[in-house]
Amino acid sequence: MRRDTKERAGFTRRALLVGTTQLTVFGAIAARLYDLQVSQHGKYATLAQQNSISERLVAPERGIITDRFGTTLAGNQQHWRALFMQVLTPDPQTVLENFYRLVPLSDDEKARIAEDLAHRPGYIPVLLKDYLVWPDMAAIEVNTPDLPGVIVEVGASRIYPLGSGLAHAVGYVARPNQREAKNNPILTLPGMRVGRTGAEAAQDGALRGTPGFVQDETNVHGEIVRQVARDGGTPGSTVTLTLDVGLQALAVQRLGDNAGAAVVLDAMTGEILAMASNPSFDPSLFDKGVPAATWAQWMADPKDPLQNKATSGLFAPGSTFKPTVALAAMKSGALTAETVLTCPGYLKLGDHVFWCDNHTAHGSITLTTALAVSCDVFFYQVALMVGIDKMADMAHQLGLGIDLGADLPNVAAGLVPTLAWARGRGIHWVKGSTVVQGIGQGYTQLTPLALATMIARVATGVAVGPHIARRIGGQLQNGSDPNDWPALDIDDRHLAVVRQGLFDVVNTPEGTAYAARLTLPNVQMAGKTGTAQVHNNTAAEKQRGFNDLTMAWEDRPNALFVAYAPYNNPRYAVAVVIEHGNYGAQTAAPIAHDLITYAITHDPAGRDTPLAVPATPPAAPSGQTPS
Amino acid sequence: MILDPLTQPRPLRARSFGVVQKILRINWLFVICVCLLFAVGYSALYSAAGGSVTPYANSQLIRFLALLVAMFVIAMVDIRVIAKTSWFAYAVGILLLLVVMKFGHTGLGAKRWITLGGAEIQPSELMKLFLVLALAAYFHRASYERIGQWPFLILPALVVLVPVGLILKEPNLGTAVITGLIGATVMLGAGVRWWKFALVLAIIAIAAPVLYHHLHDYQRARIVTFLNPGSDPLGAGYNIIQSKIALGSGGWTGQGYLHGTQNQLNFLPEKQTDFVFTIIAEEFGFLGSIAVLGLLFSIIAIALYTAMSCSHAYGRFVALGIATNFFLYCFVNLSMVMGLIPVGGVPLPLISYGGSALTAVMLGFGVLMSVHVHRDVEFLPKDF
Repeated sequence: MRRDTKERAGFTRRALLVGTTQLTVFGAIAARLYDLQVSQHGKYATLAQQNSISERLVAPERGIITDRFGTTLAGNQQHWRALFMQVLTPDPQTVLENFYRLVPLSDDEKARIAEDLAHRPGYIPVLLKDYLVWPDMAAIEVNTPDLPGVIVEVGASRIYPLGSGLAHAVGYVARPNQREAKNNPILTLPGMRVGRTGAEAAQDGALRGTPGFVQDETNVHGEIVRQVARDGGTPGSTVTLTLDVGLQALAVQRLGDNAGAAVVLDAMTGEILAMASNPSFDPSLFDKGVPAATWAQWMADPKDPLQNKATSGLFAPGSTFKPTVALAAMKSGALTAETVLTCPGYLKLGDHVFWCDNHTAHGSITLTTALAVSCDVFFYQVALMVGIDKMADMAHQLGLGIDLGADLPNVAAGLVPTLAWARGRGIHWVKGSTVVQGIGQGYTQLTPLALATMIARVATGVAVGPHIARRIGGQLQNGSDPNDWPALDIDDRHLAVVRQGLFDVVNTPEGTAYAARLTLPNVQMAGKTGTAQVHNNTAAEKQRGFNDLTMAWEDRPNALFVAYAPYNNPRYAVAVVIEHGNYGAQTAAPIAHDLITYAITHDPAGRDTPLAVPATPPAAPSGQTPS
Repeated sequence: MILDPLTQPRPLRARSFGVVQKILRINWLFVICVCLLFAVGYSALYSAAGGSVTPYANSQLIRFLALLVAMFVIAMVDIRVIAKTSWFAYAVGILLLLVVMKFGHTGLGAKRWITLGGAEIQPSELMKLFLVLALAAYFHRASYERIGQWPFLILPALVVLVPVGLILKEPNLGTAVITGLIGATVMLGAGVRWWKFALVLAIIAIAAPVLYHHLHDYQRARIVTFLNPGSDPLGAGYNIIQSKIALGSGGWTGQGYLHGTQNQLNFLPEKQTDFVFTIIAEEFGFLGSIAVLGLLFSIIAIALYTAMSCSHAYGRFVALGIATNFFLYCFVNLSMVMGLIPVGGVPLPLISYGGSALTAVMLGFGVLMSVHVHRDVEFLPKDF
């Protein structure tokens, strides 16, 4: 027992020694903790502040836009740019000064950078300079140690290989404005662009993609030591438009120096095959910023190059409105194909005289002839028989004066007046207003796109709507199939009569557009000319022998032409408006002729791949008679 | 044997106690300390996940509750029964180490893990406990005089060196050193003479350069990094720098719970395991750190008290070994976090996320509680 006690006492001694040692070690740990946490707190707290895994977002590549056959209309071009992550350096100001010494920037740019630095969240880098040239790159690379936080990387800029010809249809992108940036900080990423017009704006969501991110780990000196993670994000979807670049190029070429617009639709689906608006502009200028001089020039141009006249230009339809009047009249029962009305060259209403064009007396004629020769007096009388509201109803059914739901921004609905509208505006509606409505003058204002839709609907009897996006990310969009569209609520017999009239316009010698008839075998075009006055000639002007050719450009009438082809099996609908082009038959119809000829021979409708060989040789110049 | 009440400090009982009596004899202060430490760990893991019970805190809670039950079950087992299984447990431990060498899977460049019944375990963690049991069983039968004779120490030396060698082979330098130190401490408690320890230390000092030569590259890298953290700021030294920044930015009272920038910004990879202490230190500051240190040491103090108050040698050695094991966990982990010794995958017991070390520690605590419950049963050297 004594031995046991002695052993136990020995153990207790040694255990106490062990315990004391361990307590001492804990004491040392506590002392070290005190040293780190309390004595050196200031130092480490500063280090902790500078220490960060800096995460920065990376702009996704914007989706490309192609025509229906895959030709790139809007693409991305890579360039080098310098970005700055201010969180990576304790002294951003010095870094910026170093940078400015190497790469001189204008005071405006410096102010913009200072502004961005003050307002951006830390994970979004600030753009120092886009489109770095080689000497800049070399200077930055060599001086990397003086430029902590400056990152040189590849950025993408938007390019439009076909330039101004597609500026209105495809649109352009620009840097987001402050309001947009405030609503969506992602947009402040260098390289992010917002679609401003055309398909770029309408499909902005699909084209934009999802941003990726880069996580850089920085050491206590604020230098990036490694990339922790990188996620490229999701690039925007490819948007395939319904446009046919060949047809578009022809439209632009044929518009030439005229101010105006030309629209070609697939009459069965409403796909926009060509949409040209003249004059135009270079859309790539917006990506880098438009030079002030160019901007001023655009603003001063009376032909307004920035306006897409096809979708936003509002024109009195003139005689192209007559098919609508005819259909309204037949629907109301006031007019049949056999109804004969007499044109003495004028219509007297009260003490006001409404003249027929050129004061011509057409005699006793039926509807088809009235359309073919474009008799105004015939339609004055029809208008009075139908009344303003029934004409407006039919116009709305044909897509005039309503929102067509086109997938394009800033599409003007236009206006076809009704009595209710007049009352709302406090306009005293008189019979004379109804009379001029019969020939598409007065209050009526329509876009070329709406006119093309109207003629497509008349041609097919289907309520097609114009649209420009055919595929998004390869996915065929609704509306590209003829079965996507409902039939119009219009009697086929009425449509047949009007179509016959439109056929006669182009294909009978007395027709107003006989010169523009097609020269293709077995294919005929039907159409309607329009010449819409924009200036009320005063008596004094008339006395001076004032006529359309001697008046000032901006006083000349607008020339219009709407048409479709083939007559027997309509597939292509076209509307051409030439501002102050005098006569529709003279300036607008030949353009429509060329566009229809191209469309028939290349037959882009309903297809994504071009025909290997054109069905017939390219169109012969207009004016030739068929052999 | 005739019991003499005058020479007997306490009545020794040949028979064990009933279950109710055992429960009453449990050191509840110890249980409270264990639960408090786990609560600290739970909140640190909650913070490590950015203020979420998933993925760490709740799965660790489930493990802890299961092991708490196991701890109480073991505490109810008579210490003499545990003693009889000592060598068997030791053999199982060695076997597991051999299995891990042959079939174990690799994690972080070393073969340390095997899967047992769906749970990943690290046999070297269990081996430390089994080594303590085996050494205690060996010295339980020895008299002070026999311990003085060096041939008597050959077997225990082997008992220590075989697992140490196997663990070194994994390779796991940190755990190998800890295992060796635990063995040495139990032998010290058993009465091995001082000069023998001095001799071993001298041998190690001479052999160290040779050993260094045979270390794996990553182990050498750790030592070099430790001596000069700036030499490899992207690699191993990165952890030490970030860890020190986390500790240092805590100050007196810390940045506030869930508001530690180092923690919430994820500077330390795997901070929920080895570097969990940095979360506490950063968010609760020096005062919080000291409180946790105090809790950790109270576990050690209670274990040492259990050792000293035990009437039988087996219980004394086991309790001393378990106290030392716990101490070494804390010491290595905390020193590592503070950049005092090279980094080596040693978790902070009861606080770090992970099951392997927690299992070993809680099973050890079960044995420790059993020692306390059975502190004055009759357990003579010859009874073994």
